Amino acid sequence: MSEEERTDDEGGVIKKFMYVNRRAPYGTVYALESLEVVLIGAAFDQDVSMVFIDDGVFEIKKGQDTAEIGMKNFSPTYRALEMYDVEKLYVSQESLAERGLTEDDLLVDVEVMPDSRIADLMDEQDVIFTF
Amino acid sequence: MPIEVSGKSLETDEEGYLANINEWEPGVAEVMSKEDDLELTSEHWDIINFLREYYEEYQIAPAVRVLTKAVGKRMGKEKGNSKYLYGLFPYGPGKQACRYAGLPKPTGCV
Repeated sequence: MSEEERTDDEGGVIKKFMYVNRRAPYGTVYALESLEVVLIGAAFDQDVSMVFIDDGVFEIKKGQDTAEIGMKNFSPTYRALEMYDVEKLYVSQESLAERGLTEDDLLVDVEVMPDSRIADLMDEQDVIFTF
Repeated sequence: MPIEVSGKSLETDEEGYLANINEWEPGVAEVMSKEDDLELTSEHWDIINFLREYYEEYQIAPAVRVLTKAVGKRMGKEKGNSKYLYGLFPYGPGKQACRYAGLPKPTGCV
């Protein structure tokens, strides 16, 4: 938990929200739901970050093609996050490496970091949602 | 309720948004605006076309706050503000303009 409370211009408390994405983008609805919650929540001016770990790193992989599975390819929407002022995107270095991926395979600018660092960041959060 | 556009019947959802974005044609905006008693000008079309490009690129209908910012970036400050956009689309530039553009209801609008 953070020691000091930050407040916005109107005196509302700003909390640290972290959205942890651990699953492949298709096959379940988790990835899309997470993205929608983040976009909707962005209106509330909180301190938001997203983590991509385990198969969640595939959510932001370039070159997704969903034609054969009859689902909408929503991966371009991750590139809209910046306009919603969601700019803290953290990616697990280990998860990328285990899947043979590098930062160049990702479609948004992210900060790649070891899991130990992600664990430290988790300790600082007020709220963590896992999808 | 379906709407009639150039002799075709197009499905809409319960709030009047086009069910299938691929069925959009400019006539959709014409028909919808007529129902709202609004005459579309080139200024309206600039925003509608901008929204269609935005959706094409990001696969999302932007929240009004994000739309305002994006319009400002592309077309300048005199258009990228709520007063100008609400002047064009009195029911809300997010909802109304997205509807005319055939987009779904903006994510984050209730």
